Amino acid sequence: MPTSQELQINIGPQHPSTHGVFRMTVTVDGETVVRLDPVFGYLHRNHEQLAEVSTYIQSMPYTDRLDYFNSMASNYGLALAVEKLAEIEVPQRANYIRALMNELTRILNHATAIGFLLNDMGAWQTALAFSMREREKILDLFEMASGARMMCNYFRFGGIWRDLPPEFVPQLKQLMVGLPSFFDEFDKLLRENEILRARSINIGILPKELAAAYSVTGPVLRASGIAYDIRKAEPYGIYGELDFDVPIGSVGDVYDRYLVRIEEMRQSYRMIQQIIERLPDTIGGHINPKMADIGKQKTLRPPVGDVYARIESPKGELGFYLVSDGSERPYRYKVRAPSFLNLTPLGDMCRGHRIADVVVILGSIDIVMGEVDR
Amino acid sequence: MADASDVAELRERIERALPGTLVPTPSRANTQAVPVKKGEQVAPNFLATDDPVITADQLPNVAGYLRDTLGYELLTNITATDYLADGIIEMVYHFVRLNGGAPIAIKVRTSREQPEVPSLTAEWPGADFQEREAFDLFGVVFRGHANLRRIYMWDEFEGFPMRKDFPKQGDKYFEDTEE
Repeated sequence: MPTSQELQINIGPQHPSTHGVFRMTVTVDGETVVRLDPVFGYLHRNHEQLAEVSTYIQSMPYTDRLDYFNSMASNYGLALAVEKLAEIEVPQRANYIRALMNELTRILNHATAIGFLLNDMGAWQTALAFSMREREKILDLFEMASGARMMCNYFRFGGIWRDLPPEFVPQLKQLMVGLPSFFDEFDKLLRENEILRARSINIGILPKELAAAYSVTGPVLRASGIAYDIRKAEPYGIYGELDFDVPIGSVGDVYDRYLVRIEEMRQSYRMIQQIIERLPDTIGGHINPKMADIGKQKTLRPPVGDVYARIESPKGELGFYLVSDGSERPYRYKVRAPSFLNLTPLGDMCRGHRIADVVVILGSIDIVMGEVDR
Repeated sequence: MADASDVAELRERIERALPGTLVPTPSRANTQAVPVKKGEQVAPNFLATDDPVITADQLPNVAGYLRDTLGYELLTNITATDYLADGIIEMVYHFVRLNGGAPIAIKVRTSREQPEVPSLTAEWPGADFQEREAFDLFGVVFRGHANLRRIYMWDEFEGFPMRKDFPKQGDKYFEDTEE
């Protein structure tokens, strides 16, 4: 009678499918995962302490490096927290542009997340090429507005760095003409794809009852059937005025996460349509006049107190906890990173699956190591 | 953050349901914030807060009460703050309701010398990583945590980098190799 023996293997930190320098120690019995422990810290640079020895605005470009796919969303989180702490008002137009940038970033994040997920399944570069094509178009818009493709550093306390250039909206409209056919084509290629279905249905299930206990947020939580979206639950900016739906999954497997992301892209598209329509009528400039001077940004001294502000970033709840001692530098600065906390159930989701499914389940969570390790 | 009346009501409900768990704290409103002028040092009163501050032992009970009775199901954020001048490390827990609304914060204070609070991982497995983070960077010991190891720094690392008295200049790990 042959006996089986458990074997411990190491995936990462240098591995093409771990989305950065992420490491997992996996115990396998044959090909079945018995236990999985994530190991962090390979990209740790103590962002929080660096922020505590910098002024508030000095941290703004550094938030770009948290989730480097969605710098606009990270910017928004910090701006919102500081504005709450220092009680700065944001003009309507700035809020519209902020929401526009955030929905664009959601589209590019979800498109590439699905592209990379297909990469992990072995559809090497094909799906990714489609999403990268659309992503470049959005990054062109970001570059036009902020001067940088990825490290946008676009937000300021009380508004944004500068208003949209005149050629922005025509190019955005051109992009919007092409997006629906991209969604349809992308979805048509993938939704019924036999390999995608075989690799994702009933893989990595996170049941509804467990999802909340595990503190997961964003598309992972919604795929498990809980319609929790901060844009609806605690609307910030202009999200209370926009009309959109929150898609949810039924089972909570990898396939549901794929479907939720596809649908969220369509909802973001709907939101951008509404924003384009209303943008010409918005009032107020791109920044609160009291904060328009860069010197004001640099010497901002919020009153003593603490605040927790959060946004729905493409990956989940991005929160900033700030404590002010009344000086120019935050006394405490903490980032509640969605990709970090969404990794909590990874071990449980992988248990009992094949080792080849581990990278697929990890890909379906959609992590960025800049944010996980901070 | 929930507005002031909600927080006051929350304090009241906790006091009524679990008497003796609240630690009396000076209110934020009574300690008016003085804007610090350049070169002037005014020690701010960090300990004044409107959020409920509870005794460490009662933390799992209060968290259970928030979840089961008040419906705050999602424990979203856990963080520690080192108040060096007061000799206190404060843990802050943010809970939210899944059907919407602002998060609420509850706070637990523990001494800097022996920071110890009960772990919430038994009921909230999602607390795992953030408790390990607070242990790693602040040295807070979570009683009952099954896997309380460093999460970002390597296991042999000495000291707690996010504490306010951790030296910000120099690095003992590079001292020997410096030319």
